[in-house]
Amino acid sequence: MADTAQSIQDERLKKEGLGPRLMKRPELGAIAGVILVTAFFLVTADSTMFTLSGIMNFMTPAAQLGILAIGAAMLMIGGEFDLSIGSMVAFAGLIFGACVVTLGLPLILAIPLTLAVAAGLGALNGMIVLKTGLPSFIVTLAFLFVLRGASLVGLKLASGGSTQLRGVRDAVEGDWLAPMFSGDAFGPIFAWLAQIGLIDTFKSGAPKVPGIPVEILWFIGLALVATYVLLRTPQGNWIFASGGDRNAASNSGVPVRKVKISLFMVTALCGALVAIITVMDAGSTDARRGFMKEFEAIIAAVIGGCLLTGGYGSAIGAFFGAIIFGMVTIGLTYTNFDQDWFQIFLGAMLLIAVLFNNYIRKRVTGER
Amino acid sequence: MSQLRTEDTTFHHGAPQTGTKPIIEMQNIEKHFGNIIALAGVSFDVRPGECHCLLGDNGAGKSTFIKTMSGVHKPTRGAITIDGKPMDFDSPRDAMEAGIATVFQDLAMIPLMSVTRNFFMGREPLKGSRPFRRMDIERMNDTTVEEMRKMGINLRGPDQAVGTLSGGERQTVAIARAVYFGARVLILDEPTSALGVRQTSNVLATIDRVRKQGVGVVFISHNVRHALAVGDRFTVLNRGKTLGTANRGEITPEELQDLMAGGQEMAQLEGSLGGTV
Repeated sequence: MADTAQSIQDERLKKEGLGPRLMKRPELGAIAGVILVTAFFLVTADSTMFTLSGIMNFMTPAAQLGILAIGAAMLMIGGEFDLSIGSMVAFAGLIFGACVVTLGLPLILAIPLTLAVAAGLGALNGMIVLKTGLPSFIVTLAFLFVLRGASLVGLKLASGGSTQLRGVRDAVEGDWLAPMFSGDAFGPIFAWLAQIGLIDTFKSGAPKVPGIPVEILWFIGLALVATYVLLRTPQGNWIFASGGDRNAASNSGVPVRKVKISLFMVTALCGALVAIITVMDAGSTDARRGFMKEFEAIIAAVIGGCLLTGGYGSAIGAFFGAIIFGMVTIGLTYTNFDQDWFQIFLGAMLLIAVLFNNYIRKRVTGER
Repeated sequence: MSQLRTEDTTFHHGAPQTGTKPIIEMQNIEKHFGNIIALAGVSFDVRPGECHCLLGDNGAGKSTFIKTMSGVHKPTRGAITIDGKPMDFDSPRDAMEAGIATVFQDLAMIPLMSVTRNFFMGREPLKGSRPFRRMDIERMNDTTVEEMRKMGINLRGPDQAVGTLSGGERQTVAIARAVYFGARVLILDEPTSALGVRQTSNVLATIDRVRKQGVGVVFISHNVRHALAVGDRFTVLNRGKTLGTANRGEITPEELQDLMAGGQEMAQLEGSLGGTV
């Protein structure tokens, strides 16, 4: 098969160089961004930023955002938005907190229950969008407020008047599932590395970095799974197709409705996962959890190459988009700059990313 | 019908398949939408390896008729038989399973996706076992390049985005896809209406290739020239009725034009415009 393909090269086609081919990858912008930001902080920031503990420092918030961003990216490729993921983090946090603290359930019940509630709400979002044909922007904007309000009301009910529910840490202490969702992984390996002097230690001999925070592992794992699904499975093809052109996809036999509802559920599940991890980490849940995260997740997805119109993007791009976020938020504390530059950076980065993506789309589709 | 001969064109290589039995036969099809009679008795058949042109002006009922043939509409009256057996389509999927494929004007193509991904959209071949079942990308790529080569299109690569193809090439991808997935009857809804001269001739050449593989082609058009270039038989639809079917060589372009326009008016109009229409 390969030799027939070669013998029929069209003489009018110039061989495409590596550069133009790379240009067509959606995640290129985000990778370039990571390189740029790294270079910036290598010059301006204190050198401790790029030690092992410094890296863990900025990777942890990057991972928490990134889990949301990967969900948001897949949904955007499928042609929809979810503005309620930030509120979903707060609401799922409430459900989870109420399960373990108020009801005293073990994690093996509390976690599936939280995930099921989130998935149900995601499916509800999706069904309303598909049934009514309204833009998902407006439907999920409604849910942004509904879920945030429900979190406040629910927290007051569960905690007897306060907007914070404490005592999660005591409740999950000793639960065999807890290490999956909180703390650091690979502790013994890091201890051993410290022992043989490969990583920095405190004076006591304990390693400065006790392990890899679990959310980073979830983040990496999720990015790999999402990329595999998008690029190598029929479902991935259906996601691109549903976002690219709904009618064309359904005329070709793609189950567009199922695909979109599943994507809303996946996004909500990502929100719930972040809720479980951060609530267990903090030991309490409050109504402000996940505030504004919906926008940050969408921005990370856009920086990662997702088109606002759907049908194009990548999970790896969102992965790097989230890392840029983490690096800048935390990185500014290592420099002499005022931390509030962060917001300015955010807006500028978004604008540049959108312009860049637009340009790339024109290249890909050959629009002139 | 008159016995005047039409001149032969480059695209007509196939001999008329008069001996063979039709794949699909539609008899006296009527379709009413409330009190509107969209189709008032249309008869049409397609034989393997022929290109049967369905001509008609806007509003003649072409779209309604092909939608009936492709399972989108159910006929109010009339019979559809496939290989001589009565058939009743409940959905486009039923028609597709019976080998009736339709390439609508929007082509069901997604510009941002690669040719391969478009080609197999909704029908991806799989390999491996659960939970690692995945698309067989190499097979998909090889098949796409090969099928497109058969249609005379050399892709830059299987990952080339459909958006970079010309209108005629996109049409060809859609046709190649339908044929690859087992179409016996291929319905083309105005495939040349938005194309330039060169792209039109590419699409007509594609129709000829497909016909030679034994596929029955239904070519819907309101352009007499395009129809005559490739058609074996011509059926004219006017105001929801068929005005008869003519074989190649039995009818002139002028007569076809007149039939489409409903007879007299066109002849008069043409006279006043000096034969330019």
